Amino acid sequence: MKKKHKNRQIGLILFLTILSVLIALPFLILVSISLSEEERILSEGYGLLPRGLDFSAYEFVFKNPASILQAYAVTAEFSVITMVLSVLLMALLAYPLSRREFKGKKGISLYIYFTMLFSGGLVPTYMVITQFLHLGDTIWVYILPSLISPWYVFMMRTFFQGIPNEISESARIDGAGHYTIFFRMILPLSKPVLATVALFMFLAKWNDWYTAMLYINKESLVSLQYMLQRIMDNIKLLQEMPSGMTVNIAEIPSETIRMAMAVVVAGPALLVFPFFQKYFVKGLTVGSVKG
Amino acid sequence: MRVKKDRAIKPSGRKGFARKSSWQLYSMCAIPVILVFLFNYLPMGGLVLAFKDYRYDKGIFGSDWVGLKNFKFFFETDTFSRITFNTLFMNFLFIVTGVACSVGLAILLFELRSRRATKVFQTALIVPNFISWVIAAYMVFALLSPRNGVLNVIIEQLGGQKIDWYSKPEAWIVILTICNLWKNVGIDSVVYYASLMGVDMALFEAADIDGATKWQKIKYIIIPSLGPVISILTILKIGNIFRADFGLFYNVTRNVGTLYQTTDVIDTYIYRTMQSVGNMGMSSAVGLLQSIVGFILVMITNYVTKKIDPDRALY
Repeated sequence: MKKKHKNRQIGLILFLTILSVLIALPFLILVSISLSEEERILSEGYGLLPRGLDFSAYEFVFKNPASILQAYAVTAEFSVITMVLSVLLMALLAYPLSRREFKGKKGISLYIYFTMLFSGGLVPTYMVITQFLHLGDTIWVYILPSLISPWYVFMMRTFFQGIPNEISESARIDGAGHYTIFFRMILPLSKPVLATVALFMFLAKWNDWYTAMLYINKESLVSLQYMLQRIMDNIKLLQEMPSGMTVNIAEIPSETIRMAMAVVVAGPALLVFPFFQKYFVKGLTVGSVKG
Repeated sequence: MRVKKDRAIKPSGRKGFARKSSWQLYSMCAIPVILVFLFNYLPMGGLVLAFKDYRYDKGIFGSDWVGLKNFKFFFETDTFSRITFNTLFMNFLFIVTGVACSVGLAILLFELRSRRATKVFQTALIVPNFISWVIAAYMVFALLSPRNGVLNVIIEQLGGQKIDWYSKPEAWIVILTICNLWKNVGIDSVVYYASLMGVDMALFEAADIDGATKWQKIKYIIIPSLGPVISILTILKIGNIFRADFGLFYNVTRNVGTLYQTTDVIDTYIYRTMQSVGNMGMSSAVGLLQSIVGFILVMITNYVTKKIDPDRALY
């Protein structure tokens, strides 16, 4: 009986290990290509393992000053600003919604919830942002429209509701207002959900190519992901092009440089996770129970 | 001392405090509520575009009304049935495979004895969720590129012929399903896993005493306790069945025209109509249809679920 148990555990671990390796495979291929020698890629194709060992692609990515570093700075800037502002504002909204005595609770909940069910869609949103609010080609277009996400608001509200009422009651008897309760008691007790939402917001912005594709024309405001996307588009153009037309080939980086760029762009998204993992599962679950 | 303190507060009037505190609560909501108005509700007003022949020089309000012409025009194109079918079919595939795989994985993780191992595997499974579709497209390209792709290199080494994946629309039904699983299964399985952690351990002990097999435990304890979470997540997904994951269908397929037969979905179509054709009216008409149908679907699925089992409904 005991032995059967043990065998089963080993089988389980084996299966999950194979699965994890398969899932990680695309990452490995990306890194392998970026470390390969360009000529060998051209003659032998991509491989699971690096063909030769050559760091010049990375050297190029970091030395090529203009575009990539600029995009890095812009992306980091709007990602961090959005993360901080959105967590704060969503928590500020979620707190009143978690208070039983709040009269506007039902109305405002519905107001927020309705946006999950119904939306104006791409074109009207595009019109409002570019022609009414005039946010096109500014850094704010990356930030303002994504500050409030109903899903996370409700996640936070549910989490706040789980905090024992006695804690805020006792503060109130001591004469504390809601702002004091919110900043001094609720926020410090809600680290798991705040960290989880912060992580998701950061990643959503770090991975944002869509905003730039729609709203950004200025070279100096292009985000990293959009830059990568454009490179891919140029390659496609080159392949589909009828002969006789010309595309600026200089704008298309070599195979290894392209993959090195992808690695450099994906890197931070993978590196931040360990810092949040402590809170992650807890934050994700406590909040997702329906309320 | 204590009595005195109580008195000091009460006479000033509980009502006065309540009013002040309610004002505070409203003030907390103010900025978020305005933001939601600007970026969610104003665009809904912009939906009037669906009934207009939009001209840039005339603006949203100045353009002429055309009634339902935009809708009619859309229904008459032959793309209508194609993109509707693709969207529904692919999303249906994603939902079914997604739920099956992530529940399965959650159960496997739950069966693991070592918490440390669980954590390591969870991390490995979640990581793809942190990668954008743009980068995923690079990965897929590295695997499938007609000339250099890893898969083709292997096929050739085995003596086969290279395959031009980017001109084989049927293959992308499978490829996109795998991509979707790769990216989303991990995070969903964490949600399911976490709700399994909430199951009363006494149930399993009782089952052990009664000599239940592993399979019986899965069937009678695990699946039923996951029921509510499964149905809530599925309701939400069904409500969005007319919305495709734009990043997946646009980037991973590299927006290659030869693949449209299976990969062109409502969202990519809306984008194309707006961007290259510049037909704002029709583009918003399709968007409006998508929103209305989605809204009705959530209402229906939720209503039906509520009838069957109130616990499992979303609201």
